[in-house]
Amino acid sequence: MIRVENLHKSFDGQRVLQGITLDVATGEVMIIIGRSGGGKSVLLKHFLGLLRPDSGRILVDGVDITRLRGKKLDRIRARYGVVFQGGALFDSMTVFDNVAFPLREKTPLSHAEIALRANEKLGQVGLIGMGHKYPDEISGGMKKRVAIARALVTEPEIVFFDEPTTGLDPILVNAIHRLIIDLHQKLRFTAVMVSHEIPEIFQIAQRVAMLHEGVIVETGPPEAIQQSRSPVVQQFIHGELDGPIRAT
Amino acid sequence: MMPGRAMMPATMTTGLLAIEGLGRLTLDTVEALGRFGLFLGHALVWIFVPPFKWKQLLQRIHFIGFRSLSIIVLTGAFTGMVLGLQGFLTLSRVGSEAFLGPAVALSLIRELGPVLAALMVTGRAGSALTAEIGIMRISEQIDALTVMALHPMRYLIVPVVVAGVIAFPLLTAIFDVVGIFGGYLVGVRLLGLSEGTYFGEMQSFVHMSDIMSGFWKSLSFGVIVTWVCAYKGYHTGHGAEGVSRATTQAVVLSSVLILVWDYFMGSVLP
Repeated sequence: MIRVENLHKSFDGQRVLQGITLDVATGEVMIIIGRSGGGKSVLLKHFLGLLRPDSGRILVDGVDITRLRGKKLDRIRARYGVVFQGGALFDSMTVFDNVAFPLREKTPLSHAEIALRANEKLGQVGLIGMGHKYPDEISGGMKKRVAIARALVTEPEIVFFDEPTTGLDPILVNAIHRLIIDLHQKLRFTAVMVSHEIPEIFQIAQRVAMLHEGVIVETGPPEAIQQSRSPVVQQFIHGELDGPIRAT
Repeated sequence: MMPGRAMMPATMTTGLLAIEGLGRLTLDTVEALGRFGLFLGHALVWIFVPPFKWKQLLQRIHFIGFRSLSIIVLTGAFTGMVLGLQGFLTLSRVGSEAFLGPAVALSLIRELGPVLAALMVTGRAGSALTAEIGIMRISEQIDALTVMALHPMRYLIVPVVVAGVIAFPLLTAIFDVVGIFGGYLVGVRLLGLSEGTYFGEMQSFVHMSDIMSGFWKSLSFGVIVTWVCAYKGYHTGHGAEGVSRATTQAVVLSSVLILVWDYFMGSVLP
């Protein structure tokens, strides 16, 4: 279980996170929605230990990761898989090498076992036969799928998705979401996703949290969020120009 | 009680703002220098933390060393030829052309070889290194390494610094040898100096301390260039403009530090 307690973060006096409190249950798919530039990716970077909060805690199975450094933090990160917004694929490596990379670096598996697992994951994301290509030779949708394969190849307990469908056409958005649902059902990882693909995310989320002005304004199952009485939530999910959220 | 800024005369407020700005600039500079120094310190510590990334080291030696060979040979040859030509013309005015060999060799081994080789490698490999690491930073590849619990310092920076320490002295040695033969081509083959005089006098005047002076310089330039270029790439700004600015800064700072450090080493080494 992941618990975020009263998390605050400012950059040069600008308060980005102003007391985030959030629980993510083991095995659930939690999707964090909110406006662009609203602090979703900053929150995600705190989960990953890439940023440290000004105050507050993030507990992963009871361990406060905001105080960890070095090997102790690495031990928590070894349980993570991360799909970055742009994929963050290593552009000097082929698709296969990108997927095999975490196994080569972090496990004692033999070459044959690594090849087997990497090809299996490439198969699960529908990229059999594409392993020899470089990231700049494949489409945006394929890059996202390679990133998902790389994040899942070590069979992590917790997977973070940072806007995994941004910039894709609606069919690819649905294809990636379907892929995430299928993989989640097979592997039962805990998923924390940052996205603003509305209404598509309501099909895959088990719970949704709305981040606005540095705080979580509402959390609940997709149906509850869709029927929320909060004018902020309603304006955001319907994309209306008029309301408490200023369209700047 | 101190009066508020609004109640102060305009000249006093301007003075306070200037002092505040100077203070901020000083603090920022000290902080930046501290980060810069700590970066190298961390890299040096990570060299001794196993497992060492041998494959990445070989790739970096190939990139910094082998792929700089052609530019080193070319610039070394022409530097030696220019030294041969100008040295011969100058020395012949005072009837000392016999000392062309030592003049070319000492200029190259003690000074021009390490400095020019380092400047050439900075332009060819250093700038590319900053751009590569900078692009990895802005495309989140460095973050990806971090969250995979693979320390970027071990994976990216240590192989670069160690490759610099290995490649720079070797490239400098090649630059020196090619330059000496460039001087030989012009002085002996073109202008008619005796081959025995050129190499014989060189043997008499060039000592091991001269070679070691050039070696220590090239070794330290290897650290300086890889340190500056890796640091600038690692701490690059946002977007393509950030990478472009980091690359320019890396080349300019490396070049300036090479010249400053060369003077310092030249005045300290025997």
